Amino acid sequence: MLEDLLEKYPQQEDQLIEILLDYQSQKQHRYISEEEIARIAAHLGVSESKVYSVVTFYTFFSTEPRGQHIIQVCKDVPCYINGERTMRSVLEKLLGIRVGETTRDKRFTLEQTSCLGHCDGAPAMRIDDKTFTNLDENKIKAIISEYRGAK
Amino acid sequence: MVNIRINNTDLTVKEGTTILDAAKANNINIPTLCYYPDLDIKSDCRVCSVEIVGEKGLVTACSQPVWEGMEVKTNSPRVLNARKTLTELLLANHDDTCTACERNMNCELQTLANTLGIDENRFENVLEEEPLDSHNDAITRNANRCIKCGRCVDVCKNVQGLNILETMNRSHEMKVTPAYGKYLSDEECTFCGQCSSVCPVAAITERDNTDEVWRVLDDDRKHVIVQVAPAVRVSLGEELGSEPGSIVTEKMVAALKQLGFDGVFDTDFTADLTIIEEGYELIERIKEGGTLPMMTSCCPGWISFIEQRYPELIDNLSTCKSPQQMFGALAKSYYAKTENIDPENLHVVSIMPCTAKKYEAAREEMSVDGEHQDVDTVLTTRELGKMIRQMGIDFNELENTPFDNPFGITTGAAAIFGATGGVMEAALRTVSEVLNEEPLEKLDFEDVRGMEGIKEAELELAGNKVKVAVAHTLSNARQLAEKVKGGEKDYAFIEVMTCPGGCIGGGGQPYNTTDAKREERIRATYQVDTGMEYRKSHENPYIKRLYEEYLEEPLGEKSHKLLHTHYFSRN
Amino acid sequence: MLEKKLITARFDKINPLSIDDYVEHGGYEALSFALGMERVDIIEEVKKSQLRGRGGAAFPTHIKMMGVAKEEDEPRYVVCNADEGEPGNFKDRYLMENDPHQLIEGMIITAYAVRANKGFIYIRGEYDKPHSVLQWAIDEARKKGYLGKNILDSGFNFDIEIRSGAGSYVCGEEFALIESLEGKPGRTRVKPPFPTQEGLFQKPTMLSNVETFANLPHIVDMGGEKFAEIGTESSKGTKIISLSGNVKKPGIYEIPFGVPIRDVIEQLGEGTPADRKVKMVQLGGASGPIIPEYMTDLTIDFDRFENFDSKTGAGAVIVMDDRFDVFDILLRISEFFEHESCGKCTPCREGNLQLLKLVEKFVDRQSSEKDLANIESLARVMHQTSLCGLGQSAPTALLSTLQYFRNDFVDRIEHPESQ
Repeated sequence: MLEDLLEKYPQQEDQLIEILLDYQSQKQHRYISEEEIARIAAHLGVSESKVYSVVTFYTFFSTEPRGQHIIQVCKDVPCYINGERTMRSVLEKLLGIRVGETTRDKRFTLEQTSCLGHCDGAPAMRIDDKTFTNLDENKIKAIISEYRGAK
Repeated sequence: MVNIRINNTDLTVKEGTTILDAAKANNINIPTLCYYPDLDIKSDCRVCSVEIVGEKGLVTACSQPVWEGMEVKTNSPRVLNARKTLTELLLANHDDTCTACERNMNCELQTLANTLGIDENRFENVLEEEPLDSHNDAITRNANRCIKCGRCVDVCKNVQGLNILETMNRSHEMKVTPAYGKYLSDEECTFCGQCSSVCPVAAITERDNTDEVWRVLDDDRKHVIVQVAPAVRVSLGEELGSEPGSIVTEKMVAALKQLGFDGVFDTDFTADLTIIEEGYELIERIKEGGTLPMMTSCCPGWISFIEQRYPELIDNLSTCKSPQQMFGALAKSYYAKTENIDPENLHVVSIMPCTAKKYEAAREEMSVDGEHQDVDTVLTTRELGKMIRQMGIDFNELENTPFDNPFGITTGAAAIFGATGGVMEAALRTVSEVLNEEPLEKLDFEDVRGMEGIKEAELELAGNKVKVAVAHTLSNARQLAEKVKGGEKDYAFIEVMTCPGGCIGGGGQPYNTTDAKREERIRATYQVDTGMEYRKSHENPYIKRLYEEYLEEPLGEKSHKLLHTHYFSRN
Repeated sequence: MLEKKLITARFDKINPLSIDDYVEHGGYEALSFALGMERVDIIEEVKKSQLRGRGGAAFPTHIKMMGVAKEEDEPRYVVCNADEGEPGNFKDRYLMENDPHQLIEGMIITAYAVRANKGFIYIRGEYDKPHSVLQWAIDEARKKGYLGKNILDSGFNFDIEIRSGAGSYVCGEEFALIESLEGKPGRTRVKPPFPTQEGLFQKPTMLSNVETFANLPHIVDMGGEKFAEIGTESSKGTKIISLSGNVKKPGIYEIPFGVPIRDVIEQLGEGTPADRKVKMVQLGGASGPIIPEYMTDLTIDFDRFENFDSKTGAGAVIVMDDRFDVFDILLRISEFFEHESCGKCTPCREGNLQLLKLVEKFVDRQSSEKDLANIESLARVMHQTSLCGLGQSAPTALLSTLQYFRNDFVDRIEHPESQ
């Protein structure tokens, strides 16, 4: 899979972040392994350290396996004053995990994120590449059960 | 020209000059930390912050160019407070047990804190301790002392082109490590030690072997001899407080005698021997169609570089051991035999400008009999300086003392081994006389001297035009390696030294080495050369005697056993 | 009417996925006109318009354009900063989702004026929808000959590529963004040289915010002088306000410069839910000042904002009612900066952690006079010595609360027991 993906990209250093984003989004547990970092580094003709420095700088990337779905709850002021704590505790209870953890069935990882840019719909969360706004307990429950139902 | 005022002094300086350079040129001191001459301006530490009258924020003197009418205050209360705060912040995320540190009294952060008069830290120490990386023989990394100045990353990436050390993570979790925080020994690190020589604190240091040397010196059963590399005599003086480029050969010998070594010898001797072996190897390759271009093998960083990144070029490397290893091999065989010493009780120490030499000495194949390593302990110039200070020797008052024999008579050709282009020049002096069968008119091969990254020269050998190339730093070496890999057949002989300027700019040389200081050491190196009685390796009478008495002939059976080696792909 | 819809005028009139809709509503007319103009004349119009950057720093746009236009080095780049990561800001998202071609048109006009042939839109990774809307729009524009080779038969070539961020607030800073575009960690560079001289790939680069580019077609269309009739003495044109927090109607509102903040909150946002008292308002985002209610008669204007010594110009207004405590808010803000600091320079890397520790002491009611002195001194040094604008403004919120809510600090020290 990685080889096919690399073929699509020119061998230029500035493609690194695009490659990492593209690859990680397709990967089962949404992380980049050590071997993959080495392969990408070789493809672009840069050192592994350089790739690793990029992977560890940006919050989207992980070097550890995560869940099938990444749930990110916003923690910044507009969400905070509009019920961010409730949103977080509902999710923690619903999933049986705390922020930073992955459910035992590897379906969900719960993370905190900086502002999602949906402050007019606070509180907001993002699951994979979709953003959900104006959340309350019922809405969150409905969303999660939908994700649970879907494969 | 631009008119500016710094504090109460009116100055006229060149346009484009930074505040720092303008201040320096006029003896106004602005403290710095991440700033390092010859490296990129990073402006990370912010310690050189100064005030421009009329501006709200402060600017860093290292990065800010002057403008007409600029008025700078380098020591206003606002500036001093900022500097102090920044230094406290660094100290609050730092292992500040100064008296238990290798760089105690020789640490740029400590000096800064002292200069600023910091007597308490308002901030809580937030250091999260990390384990040491002391898993190789050359370099130790202590992340707990790192202040993230970025100098090591810069040399590793931009000077050496390796990019093993990088800046990982972000915010206060940012750290400088190899990928995955791995050990240097797990990476394709050449142990060149340039990172250690630019580190302002003790985050990266050479592995300290001074205790081991003190122990063997105290052991009556041990016969302890020492060899000193050509580059050390032009830098040890500097390490001990003299001007860069001071030549201290004979005082250095005296100091080593005081430290208690039973024999003080000169690596220059085996440098001469290297020229004979390597020279004949080159002649043989040219005459018999061996792999060309032949590449020098004196530099262990370069050897690692080829083994790790260009294993397909291993056959291009000369099979000669480096002068350090040739010395060790002769010591454990010839010397032990003539002096009637059990090799078991012979301890060979070398003083090198280099951290990679520690790694080289520990390589398994660097042993004559498979039991005893050629060289037992390697110290850097800095470590020798440390021992001299520990002993309380008044270096400048020492009496000039010559090296001991049989490894004490050397030539100018060997002396220049320490400078980039020196091995090439020494080889050319011998090879052209042997091949052309007439004395050289001019001994100085100016084309291969100096700080230019890649140098080329053309000369006539036995009627053929021959091209040679010289590179220093691995970034430049990589260019040559790529050429050779690509099938470039132009060159007959290539010299590579890993460190900028050659061994005189080695990773084990005094801290704060700059290009200006390298130039001074190079100048001193050629001064040593011209002052020598013999200036061509093949004219060294003791080398001739060594062949007559022991080795028999260049590239002979004994030579092969003692003086030549082989390499491994470590890709 | 408080609102003045200029760059949001088409929002409820067109289907953003239809280029025909855009053209029907006057889209790409300005481009067509601009391509017939002398390049310097376009910059001259921008100068007359007195347009200043809408990303927060309010730098005069024509100076940037002139800077790039006069450089000889090639290629030159136009880069759109769509890395809207400042908490409380979401107006760029609306601009991209609702009128993508307006941004594209603005970029093409700018590129033509500064002789650039390649553009990038750097969009934050969290903005999935705007990303796909923009990609669609770019493809459409290319099909119709607004992008690519020989645009509208003018002989001018220009194309745009979208690049995605990957979760980093600091990439909104110009040089951090450029580094990220080059595939590196988003850590800023030392200035000078400036991006207009040595920007992306060390080439001259015109880098501006989404809203800034969106104004370009209107300036060409109206003429600079007419544009400058909108707004105040120091701030011309309109500003999109991102209104959030405790208001009944959060959202974006385009207003002419000069409207008082209180009117935005009370008239556009219709006040606080349950009509509670406004305790404080944060301007610009996490890096902006927090002011008490009585100061909300302040008008929205770059010059007024400059008094706060911070980059307030992005236009966020975050309203907090009297249920909230200064320290809870400061804790969130401190955590944000501690997490987002790129780590490059000492004051931001180490300072934000120490600042957070000191804020925590106030939150936990464990603070002393000494902590108050230290937090204030540290914040000032961070503000004065940080390498980039984001680092410099990280302590702005704290410094403003020390000014306007000092009693709250003193109270915590004097009455540690009270809840």
